[in-house]
Amino acid sequence: MRSLGSVLLALVMLFLLGPFVVIVIAGLSSGETLAFPPPGLSLRWVAKVFEVESFRAAFGVSMLLGVGATLVALVLGVPAAYALDRYKVPGGEAVRSIVTAPIIVPGIIVGLALLRFLLVPLGLPVMLGLFLGHTALLIPYAVRIVSASLNNLRVDIEEAAILLGASRAGAFFRIVLPNIRSGIVAAFILGFVTSFNQVPVSLFLSGPGVTTLPIEMLSYMEFNYDPSVAALSALLALLSLAVVVVAERLLGLSRYV
Amino acid sequence: MSDPRFLSLEALTLAYGGSVAVDKLDLAVRRGELIALLGPSGCGKTTTMRAIAGLMEPAGGRIVLDGRDITRVPANKREIGLVFQSYALFPHMSVYDNVAFGLRLRRVEAGELDRRARAAIASVGLTGFEARVPKALSGGQQQRVALARSIVVEPRLLLLDEPLSNLDARLRLEMRSELRRLQRELGITMIYVTHDQAEALALADRIVVMRAGRIEQMGAPEEIYERPASGFVARFMGFENTFGLEGGRLTGSAGAVAYASAVPAGTRALAWRPQGIALGQGAYQGRVLGASYLGQTVEYLLDTSLGPIKAETPAAQTRYANGDTVPFDLPLATAAPLAQP
Ligand SMILES: Nc1ncnc2c1ncn2[C@@H]1O[C@H](COP(=O)(O)OP(=O)(O)O)[C@@H](O)[C@H]1O
Ligand SMILES: [Mg+2]
Repeated sequence: MRSLGSVLLALVMLFLLGPFVVIVIAGLSSGETLAFPPPGLSLRWVAKVFEVESFRAAFGVSMLLGVGATLVALVLGVPAAYALDRYKVPGGEAVRSIVTAPIIVPGIIVGLALLRFLLVPLGLPVMLGLFLGHTALLIPYAVRIVSASLNNLRVDIEEAAILLGASRAGAFFRIVLPNIRSGIVAAFILGFVTSFNQVPVSLFLSGPGVTTLPIEMLSYMEFNYDPSVAALSALLALLSLAVVVVAERLLGLSRYV
Repeated sequence: MSDPRFLSLEALTLAYGGSVAVDKLDLAVRRGELIALLGPSGCGKTTTMRAIAGLMEPAGGRIVLDGRDITRVPANKREIGLVFQSYALFPHMSVYDNVAFGLRLRRVEAGELDRRARAAIASVGLTGFEARVPKALSGGQQQRVALARSIVVEPRLLLLDEPLSNLDARLRLEMRSELRRLQRELGITMIYVTHDQAEALALADRIVVMRAGRIEQMGAPEEIYERPASGFVARFMGFENTFGLEGGRLTGSAGAVAYASAVPAGTRALAWRPQGIALGQGAYQGRVLGASYLGQTVEYLLDTSLGPIKAETPAAQTRYANGDTVPFDLPLATAAPLAQP
C-alpha cells in the first residue's frame, strides 16, 4: 500500500513538474532549433530573449496590465465582496452569481464580446481595451477570494469597534481590512498570474504594436522555431516563483494561515 | 446615585422582518445599578441588548439614557459598552492594542492613553499579558480583555451578553465575583444578560425575568426567588412541582386531589421546590419511580395521583427504593402561591 502510494506520488510529481523541467532544459540548448534533449547546453538563447525588442515591449505591456488590472479589480472587488457578505441585499445571491460568472464563461467569449460590442463601437485605444478586458476578467477572482476570507471573519468584531466609537468606514479600514489581508494578497497574486498568462481575451484585444507577452510568444513561434521561447518560458516561471516568495516574505502570508 | 430612570426603555418593540422578538418592553434602570436580564434561550435578551447598544433599529418605542432620547443616535455615538458572548476581540491586535483601541479613537493624549490602558489591563488582572494576541489567551483571559476594552473608555452603560457562558464552572464563579467587585469599584451601570438563575441571583441588584419577548416579573433577587409571580418564573427558580388550585382542589397532569389549607386570596396555583416536599408522612401517597443520589441529598421521582412529583430529602434520612409506596405532604409553608399557573 505504502509503495503504491509512493509510486503514485512520483507519477503526479512527474506529471506536474516534467513539462517545466523539459522547458528549462530546452531553453538552455546550444542548438539552433527547439529540441529535446538538446545537443548541448548554453545560455545563448536566454541572452537572446533580452535582445528581442518585441519581447521587451510585450513584457512591459504584460507587467503593466498584470499589476494595473489586478489593482483595479481589487479596488472594485473588495467593496463588492464586502457589500455582498455584510448586507443581505435582496437579490444578493443573483448579484454574486453574475459577478463571479466570468470564471465559468470561456475567456474567448469575453474577449469577443468586449471587442465586438465595446472596443470597436467606441473606438477605444488598444491598451485601454486590454486593460478593461483584463480587469473584467479578474474581478470575479478578487470577489471570490476576498469573500472567502470575509466569510471567516466574525461580524461582531466590527460591531465591537463601532461600539467603541469607530465609524463604519473606520471599522472597515482598522478591523476588516487587516484581517482579510492574506485573502487580498492571495487575490493579487492569483490575479497577476492569471492576467500574465492570459491568452484568449488578449488575443482578441491586442492590436498593432500593443500586445501581451504570451500573444507575442505565439506569434514569434509562427516564424521562428529557435529555443528562445523555451528560455523565455523558463524565465517567466522563475518570475512567478519570485512573486510568490517575495509576497510571502514582505507580507507574511503564513502569519495568518 | 438614585436617579430611578437613568435608562428607560419605553414600549420598545423589536422585530426581525415581520416577526416580533421583543414586544412593547418597558424597563427603568437606576444609575449605578446592576440589572440581570434572565430568561430562557430565544426570549429576546440579545435582541434587547443590541437595540440598547444601537446595533439594531427598534420597530417601535423609545430608549432614553440620562434624560436624552437616544433611539436614533448611531451606535458609535452612544457611549454604551457591550461585552459580547463571543468576546469579539480584534484578532490582529495585541491585548494592549485591543484595550487602547477606544482610547485611540478618542484621540486621548499618549501619556494618559498609556496610563489608562495599563490601569484597565491591571484591573482585570492581566498585567504582563499586554503583548499577547487573543489567540494566545485562554477563554477566561479573553473574557477579561473584552471587559477591559469596554470599561477603559468609561461607557455610560455597560451591557454584558452571557459573558460567562463559555467558561468552565470554577472560572465562572471566580469571574462572577470579580465582575461584581469591578462594578462596585467603578460604580458603572450594568445590564447583565444570562439564562442562569444562580448567576442572576448572585450578581444582580434587580432581576428582570423575560419570557417570549416580554417581561414576566421584575424585582430583587430574594423577591424573585421566594415569591415568583407566575408558574413560568417559579419553574425557572426551581419550583419544579406546580399545580393548579381551584375550589380546594389541586390539579396536576394526572388528576386532582383535595387540598385543605387556606391559601391567600387570588391564588390560582401552588408550587413547591423538590426540597419543599416532605416525605415520610402526610395525607398523600406516591410510588418511587427513581432515585438519584446527589451527595448531600437524594432526589426522588414519585408517581402520584397528581402526576410525577420531584422530592429531595437529606441523604441521612430514611432512604426509599424503587417501587416503594411513600406518604408525603405538600406543606403550605414551603409553597409559592401563584396568581397565574
Ligand atoms: N438575526 C435574526 N434574524 C431573525 N430572527 C432572529 C435573529 N436573531 C434572533 N432572532 C429571533 O429573535 C428571538 C430572540 O432572539 P435572541 O434575542 O437572540 O434571544 P436570547 O438572546 O434571549 O437567546 C428568537 O426567537 C430568535 O429566533
Ligand atoms: Mg442570546
